[in-house]
Amino acid sequence: MISRSEVIKMIMKKTTSDHLVLSTTGMISREVFSHDDRQENFYMIGSMGLASSFGLGIAKSNPDKKIIILDGDGSFLMNLGAAACIGFYNTSNIVHIILDNFSYESTGSQNSISNKIDLCNIAKSSGYKFVDEIINFDINKISFDKKELSFYRIHVGIESNEEISRVAHTPEEITSNFKLIL
Amino acid sequence: MSIKAHSFVQILKSHSFNNISGVPDSTFGNLYNLIDDDPDINYFRANREDTALGIASGFSVSNKNSCIIIQNSGIGNIINPLTSFNLIYKIPALIIVGWRGYGGKPNDAPEHWVMGEKTTEYFEMLGIPFECFEDEHEAQEGIEKKLIYQLDLYSKEKKLRSIIIKKGVVV
Ligand SMILES: Cc1ncc(C[n+]2csc(CCOP(=O)(O)OP(=O)(O)O)c2C)c(N)n1
Repeated sequence: MISRSEVIKMIMKKTTSDHLVLSTTGMISREVFSHDDRQENFYMIGSMGLASSFGLGIAKSNPDKKIIILDGDGSFLMNLGAAACIGFYNTSNIVHIILDNFSYESTGSQNSISNKIDLCNIAKSSGYKFVDEIINFDINKISFDKKELSFYRIHVGIESNEEISRVAHTPEEITSNFKLIL
Repeated sequence: MSIKAHSFVQILKSHSFNNISGVPDSTFGNLYNLIDDDPDINYFRANREDTALGIASGFSVSNKNSCIIIQNSGIGNIINPLTSFNLIYKIPALIIVGWRGYGGKPNDAPEHWVMGEKTTEYFEMLGIPFECFEDEHEAQEGIEKKLIYQLDLYSKEKKLRSIIIKKGVVV
C-alpha cells in the first residue's frame, strides 16, 4: 500500500495559492510541513478532531478559496458530528480528505476502529455531494476543481517515521502567516 | 426587567457579530430561533460545543467578529480546543454561556449543580476574562449598557472573552 507521506507529497504538489490546506494533529501536520511548507497551510498541532469544524468556518467566510482538510481516521472519528454539520451546510468549497491508515499512528500505531466502518457512507448520508473511496491511489482520482462538497477516503499504509521534524513555526506564527492570505 | 432576546440580538448585530454558532440552552429563551431566522445572521447549528468553537474560530481567523452561545454544561467540550488551539494560536472568540444551576445545589436540576457551582472557575483557571450577568431584576437599560461594554471590549482587544448569563436575565 502507498505510504501516507507519498500521498501527502502528491496532494501538496497539486495545490495552488487558492487552496488552503488544514492539517490535523500528529504526523499528518508534520508530513505536510516537511514536504511543502506554504503560507496557505494551517497546521493544527493540537485539538484533535477540530480541523474540519475550523475548516467549515473558514470555508463560509472565504467562498472564493478552496479548503482542503487533511484528516486522519482517528481525528475524523473523534468528531463525526462535525461532518454532519459540514454536510448540513453543504459547504461546496471544502474537499475533506481522510488519510486512513486504520490506526492512531502518531501515538504508536495502535489500531483505530475505521477498518469496520464505512466512512464514505457516513459522508454520503451527512450530505457530502461527491464521495470516493480510493484503495489504489492515483493522484488523478483527486480533484480540487469540483464545485461541490467532496470527500475522499484514501487507504494508506502505516509507516512510522520517527525522524520527521515537528512543525517549526509557533502556533502564533501559523495564525499570523495564514491571516495574511485571507 | 431583564433584557428581551430580540434586543440582545440587535446589540450583537450592531457590533458585527453576524456569524454565530452554538448549541441551544433554555437560559436564552427564544434567542436561538431568532438568530437562526435572522437574514443578517449566519447561524450555524453546531451539534457540539467544540464544533461551534471551531466554526467560530474559522470566522475569527478571517477577521470577523464571531461568537458561540452555549450552555455551561458544554464547557467541558471546549476545554481542549481552548487550551490546545485558541489560546496558543491566539484565535479569539466571544463565548456566551448560559448559567444553569447558578450557585450550585439546590438551584435548578441536579445535573446542573456541580457545573453551576464551578462555572466561573473554568474561565479563571484558563485565564479567560469573563463578566457575569446575574441580576434578573436589573432594568433592561443597565443590562444593555453592560453588554455593549463587553462587546466593545471584545472588538477592541480581539481576545478570548466570556459572558456568563443567569437564567431570567434574557427573556
Ligand atoms: C483529545 C486528544 N486525545 C488524544 C490525543 C493523542 N493523539 C495525538 S495524535 C493521535 C492519533 C491521531 O490519529 P489519526 O487522526 O488517525 O492520525 P494518524 O496518527 O494515524 O496519522 C492521538 C490519539 C490528542 N492529541 N488529543
